[in-house]
This record gives sequence, structure tokens and C-alpha cells, in this order.
Amino acid sequence: MTRALGLVPAVALAAALFAGAAAAQTIKIGVNEPLTGAFAASGTYVVNGAKIAADEINAKGGILGKKIELVIEDNKSNPTEAAAVAEKLITSDKVPVLMGAWGSSLTLAVMPKLIEYETPMVVETSSSGKITTTGNPFIFRISPPSAVEAAAFKGIVDKLALKKVDFLVINNDWGRGTAEDFSKMMKDKGISIGLVETMDQGAQDMSAQLSKIKSSDSETVIVTTAVDQLTLIFKQAAALGLKKRIITTGGSQNPDQIIAQAGAAANGTMHLTTFLPWFPDKTPNPEATSYFIAEWKKRGFEFAGCTESFRGYDGIRTVAAAIEKAGKAEPAAIKAAFWDIKLKGLNGDIVFRKSGPEGKESGQSQPNVYLIEINEGKVEMKTL
Amino acid sequence: MSEFLQHLVNMLVLGGTYALLGIGLTLIFGIMNVVNFTHGVLYTFGAYIMFIVVHQLGLNFFLALPVAVLAGWLLGAAIELTLLRPLRGSDIDTTMLVMIGAWIAMQSGALWIWGGVAKSVATPFPEAPLVLGPVSVSWLRLFVLAAAAFLILVTYLLINRTRLGRAMRATFQDHDTASLMGVNVDLIYTSTFAIGSSLAAAAGALLGPVYVIFPQMGDLAAVKAFAIVILGGLGNITGAVIGGFILALAEELGAGYVSSGYRDAMGFVIIIAVLIFKPTGLFARSERVG
Repeated sequence: MTRALGLVPAVALAAALFAGAAAAQTIKIGVNEPLTGAFAASGTYVVNGAKIAADEINAKGGILGKKIELVIEDNKSNPTEAAAVAEKLITSDKVPVLMGAWGSSLTLAVMPKLIEYETPMVVETSSSGKITTTGNPFIFRISPPSAVEAAAFKGIVDKLALKKVDFLVINNDWGRGTAEDFSKMMKDKGISIGLVETMDQGAQDMSAQLSKIKSSDSETVIVTTAVDQLTLIFKQAAALGLKKRIITTGGSQNPDQIIAQAGAAANGTMHLTTFLPWFPDKTPNPEATSYFIAEWKKRGFEFAGCTESFRGYDGIRTVAAAIEKAGKAEPAAIKAAFWDIKLKGLNGDIVFRKSGPEGKESGQSQPNVYLIEINEGKVEMKTL
Repeated sequence: MSEFLQHLVNMLVLGGTYALLGIGLTLIFGIMNVVNFTHGVLYTFGAYIMFIVVHQLGLNFFLALPVAVLAGWLLGAAIELTLLRPLRGSDIDTTMLVMIGAWIAMQSGALWIWGGVAKSVATPFPEAPLVLGPVSVSWLRLFVLAAAAFLILVTYLLINRTRLGRAMRATFQDHDTASLMGVNVDLIYTSTFAIGSSLAAAAGALLGPVYVIFPQMGDLAAVKAFAIVILGGLGNITGAVIGGFILALAEELGAGYVSSGYRDAMGFVIIIAVLIFKPTGLFARSERVG
């Protein structure tokens, strides 16, 4: 009995050593995404896209002679959890670099941890301007900030003959930031701003906000939130007989899901997206886009998720490129290497430019933004 | 004016479902004195039963409702028999901790089985709403309101007009005397918890198709249910119904005319006011149960 008990720690120690040795054979990348809670659908798409990139890289022999390993953690769509998960990934899993954290509020909560542990992170989705302007040199963002979206949208404002717009945005850094940046651009264009309504990220009933918008004298509503809440808004707007032009921003709409769930109510709606899976030939990198979409379908995922999942794919490829350039999987070297990489993303070249206060700039890439319109249940591209 | 009418219609539709959530909890929390943290999970459970019956078994939408109610009843009975019965007579903290544990375990179970991504349920109702002058309302929500009203009426009659209801009221008023009078107290405990649970499942089954279904959907619903019960007075069915409508009215008008950002806070401002000025709830029972 005593001997048997004595054996247990020895075996455990051996197992731990072996596991440690095995782990050293891979390069770990921390992935901090919302897999449950309000943004579960979007976060899961991003993670599935990330896995495609990791498998592709590993199939080609990995980087620096080692396979990459994604350490995926759920931040529960909750900023507190996002910060805790980042800390866990860095201190316990010892990842030298992160990708995350989908939502602007989630990313903003993680940012102090990056400074504390001097670990860089690729931001794949968040669009709040604050992320790259507050002076966090560990942030490298490949998604467009809402000001870039607003600027891209500027060109089409005259064509749409907008006069007065209302906003219905998610009540967090993403939604409020979007309302601010778009209002500013529109005021410059002489368009008047009507109501600015908000909704909690977990809210399921937006009838009150939509009833108010229905009675206003504007002709267009700008809606910013993720796909689950968007489908509810489209259904509830249809139930209330809201007949205004709806334009969504943020790139997390999954237009095909809106078509499937909102039916006729989706016709005539417009969406600012950051990827064109419907028209691979029109993307900056048609070959890679086609490969990605084929792989996505092969794994049995819904096509609707492509507009979100490509972010995970591009994010992991960006991280891998930086590790390769750095020549070693260490936080400081990877951080420095981000400034020197140039790769073809599915949505344009990924090159980081400096953004924010001097001396502690964040990296911001300049991706493309597209406007699409749903017409008779089909996605059409509009020229910006 | 037309906006105000639309807000009132929205309030009616929302209030009906809040009332349904409230009466299920008032039975358990108000009458049985069990702080039922599993109420929200039972609500979620009802919604998932709806999803399974309609989408995985391919059966009729209307058939799915009674199935969800029955499943909620069975799960409620199981919780009472396995968790609450051994703890009967122990202090409220112990029961509360066990119920919190059950809540977390069941929610994680739902996540494990169905995943975190929201699901939606197709309904047989037409997409086009019913338009009455300046207001419009979807057929699905009208059906939900009617079904909720029916369930509330049945519960009311059950508590106030049947032998079982009388036995329930007697048991929770004075457990020992009821037992001496020949009431099977064990059976009453189990059935009260099961009825309350089946009402939570019914609310989930009705609202799941209106919204989307995901493992944490019950959390906000449970918080609102507690608010409604406190608002209406513990154990008071009529109070819970009125409390449900008051909460819906506060949310609708608060979001419509004050600020939509504080929509979910409106109800709680009222509750704080009620607790300050009338701590036993708006419609407190004095001694009578039910």
C-alpha cells in the first residue's frame, strides 16, 4: 500500500515532465474569444476560422520547425472574464502572443494585462477607436476602426440621399463608438441625426426602442450589434411594421443568416462588411479566399459564418507571420516583428502602421470595407 | 400618440409573459419559501425542449408546448425529490447554496449538450404582423399572450378552487397541522415545486421561439421573475400577475421616454422604491397563503 502510494507522485511527476517536453515541441498561441453569452455565435465562427489557419500552417510543416498550437479560452462575452482569461493564457499556459478578444469592451478589458505582462495581441474584430488611440504598444489590429468604416461610407451617403438618420446601437464601447464616429461624419455631410437608441448586449426585446424609431421622422436607421441581436431586431422591426431603410455596421452581421431568419424583412437592408465571401473574385486575394471558403464548407460550417470566421483565419496567419519573422517564440521579439510583416490577408494587405500617442503607438492595419445590399433574398455588392 | 399606443400594446404582450414567469416563482419562493435559483434554468430547459421537439423530432409546434410543460414538471419533481427533500427543515442558507449549485450545474449541462451558440425555433405563424391602425403586433406574440393568460388562469383555479390547492395552502401555512389533518405533506411539497417548475418551462417554451435560445437565456429571466415576485408580494398569484405588467410597463415607457440604455434598470428602480415604502410588496398577504 505504502509503495503503491509512493509511486503515484513519481508517475505524476513523470507525466508532468513528459507533458512539458511535449509542449515545448509546439508554439502556443492564446485565443481569447466569446464562446458563450451574447456573442457566442460570432466568437465560435472566429475560433473555427483560426483553426483552419492553424491546420493549414501545420500541414505545411509549421513555423520555425515546430507545429503551432492554439490555446482557446472562452471569455463568456464578459469583460471581467476576458481579462482573467488573458492572464491565465499568459501566466499559466505561457503563450508568447494572443489573439482576441472579439468585442471592443472585451479587448479594452484585456489591454492593461498586455502591458502588465508585456505580451502582444492581434485584435481581429473590435472596432472601437479607443483601442488603438490610448497608447498601448502591445496592440496590433487588423479590423477597421469605426472611423474607417464611417469614412468608407461617406462616399455613398450622397447616392443614398440620406437626410435624417436614427441610431440603434449596442450599449458598449463598440456601439457607442460607432454612433459617435458615424454621427460626426454625417453631420459634416449635412445630414441630421435623430434618435440615438441603445440596447444592452444581452437584451432580447428591442420593441420599445423600435417603436420609438418607428414614430420618428427619419428615413434611415443605422444599426450596430452582433448577428444574434440583429436577427431579433429584424424580426421585431417587421412585427412592428417599421418601414425605414436599415443599414448595419461592424461586419458581424452574417447577412445570409439575416436572409434566412428575417425573410422578406431583410430585403432592401444594407450592410457594411469587411469581407466578400459571395464574390471571391472581387476580394484582394481571390485564391486564398476561395481556399478558405472551400475549407470552411468542407468542415461542414454554415456559409453565413464566413463573414466573421475569416477574421480568425487572418488573425492567426498574422501571428504566425510575426513569429516566423521574429525567429523565436518570445513576446518581445514577436512584438517587434509585427512592425515588419507584410502578408496578403483575405481582406487586403496586412501591414501595421503606427496609431496613437508617440512612443507607445499601437499597430493598425488598413483593411477594406464593403457595402452590400440584400435584394430579393440575394446579396448584391454596392460600390462605395 | 400612435407611439404611445404601440408602447401599450408592447407592454401587454411583454407583461403576459412576465406574469407567467412570476407566478411560477411565487409558488416556490413565495409559498414554499425556497429561494429557487433554478427557475431561470427551468425556463431555459423549456425553451430547449421546444427546440428539440420542433427541430430534432420534427413534430408540431403546438404539440411541443404541452411536452415542454410536462418535461418541466418532471424535472421539477426530480429536483424536489433529490435535492430539496433531504434538506427539508434545514436553514434557508443551506437550501440556497444547494440551489445555486444546481443552477450552475444545470446551466453548464445545457452548454455541454447544446453548445453556446443561440438557436431559433421556426413557428407556424405568418411573418406579416396584425396591423390595427397605428399599432401592429406579431401573431406569434398574440398567441404567446393568449397561452400565458390561459396558464395563469389554470394556475389560479388550481390554487384557489381545487382540493390540491387547498392542501397546498394548508401545508405551507402550517405544515404540522396540515399533516395531522391527513394531508400527504411530502406529495404537496413535490407537486408544488413541480407545478412552479412546469410554469417556468412553459414560459421558456413560449418565449424561446419569440427570441433566441441559448444556455444563459434564463439568467435575466430569473432576475426579472424575482423582481416581479417581490413587487407583487410573496406568494400572491394576483400580485405576481399585476407585478409582471407593472414591470413591463416600466420597461416600455422607461425605454420609450426616458432612456433605452437603462431599460433593464427601470424595473429595479421601482423595486427599490417598493422595498423602501412597502417592504412586503404591493399586494402583500397578511396570513393567508395563495
